[in-house]
Amino acid sequence: MPEPEIRKLLTVVEEIRHEGGPRAERPLLRAAAVAVIKNPFAGRYEPEIQGFMEDLKPLGLMMARRLVEALGGDPARVEGYGKGAIVGAAGELEHGALWHAPGGYAMREVLGGAKAIVPSAKKVGGAGARLDVPVTHVNASYVRSHFDSMEIGLNDAPRADEMVLVLVMTTGPRVHSRSGGLEAWDIKGEDGLR
Amino acid sequence: MKADIRKIAVWVEETHREMGRDIAPATRKAVAVAVIANPFAGRYVEDLTDLMEIGAELGGLLGDRCVRALGIEPHQAESYGKAAMVGENGELEHAAAILHPKLGAPLRAAVEKGAALVPSSKKMGGPGQDLDVPLGHKDAAYVRSHFDGVEVRMNDAPRANEIMVAVAVTDSGRPLPRVGGLKASEAEGKDGLR
Repeated sequence: MPEPEIRKLLTVVEEIRHEGGPRAERPLLRAAAVAVIKNPFAGRYEPEIQGFMEDLKPLGLMMARRLVEALGGDPARVEGYGKGAIVGAAGELEHGALWHAPGGYAMREVLGGAKAIVPSAKKVGGAGARLDVPVTHVNASYVRSHFDSMEIGLNDAPRADEMVLVLVMTTGPRVHSRSGGLEAWDIKGEDGLR
Repeated sequence: MKADIRKIAVWVEETHREMGRDIAPATRKAVAVAVIANPFAGRYVEDLTDLMEIGAELGGLLGDRCVRALGIEPHQAESYGKAAMVGENGELEHAAAILHPKLGAPLRAAVEKGAALVPSSKKMGGPGQDLDVPLGHKDAAYVRSHFDGVEVRMNDAPRANEIMVAVAVTDSGRPLPRVGGLKASEAEGKDGLR
């Protein structure tokens, strides 16, 4: 299988200073790396699709590195992550599932072994479709302050024979986090959950 | 008066392929958006000087963010544009006060030169609504290859008492320009038109 055919790349960085409450000393950053690629399986049912996961690994690494760079260059600053995919209408949801392994692998690799499962969302959609990419703490999924999400979309993608692949990283809790639960400073960070 | 900024977001979009053809180097657009409190929300205020000052602040801030996000020298910027969307408790004139009197000069400083009018659009809107930022060549408005636009949208802005202000900067024109007219290489860039 050839390397993924990229039509567009998009990087988004949001800097959140406050949301009506006290101004954050250090603004929360949320960043997304988005790739619009051709879906090699569009328009037909292909029984064997897993080879494409390997082909997506270099793209995932490139996107994960861009994210760390967009957040200031220090992997230690990344506290939350998530991933997602929008599959164009000539593809199937299962094609989006191919992003799980390479997308997650890439972020763990670049962050130096994050423990928690990478939360994800996927759907089939047309150009302009929006995806809410879920975000949780990189080392302990139950950290309530870091449950977040980032909405992603492009007006011209995905076309029917394309897929939009997304990785998201954040630098901290919601800007006015005060809903209790497990706090980041109380985690053990061993099992990926607490 | 300084802007009360709640969020800043920066998008960088690269187009690597269009209609099956490689675009090398990729065309690139950056858009920076500030979500600010509208100091005049909910009441009629005759004198809009405060918003004009905010426009000056944001023209420099957002123009600079775009140039930095593209990783270019200011003189390498090729086109620009600006737009504002006012939340429902404001009025369209608030967008005009931000965009027109004072935003241009600091933006031009951020991209060096900028003999041409900065193309603009404005509207009233709510969270999640699209804002299309028009783009035109920064030194010669008639350069046809650089007529373009870029869509921005934030799921949580503008709230009723907010204004979303966008500045876009590119280092290139459309991916496959072929509708003739004045070429960037032929532009004199003296009168802002040709």
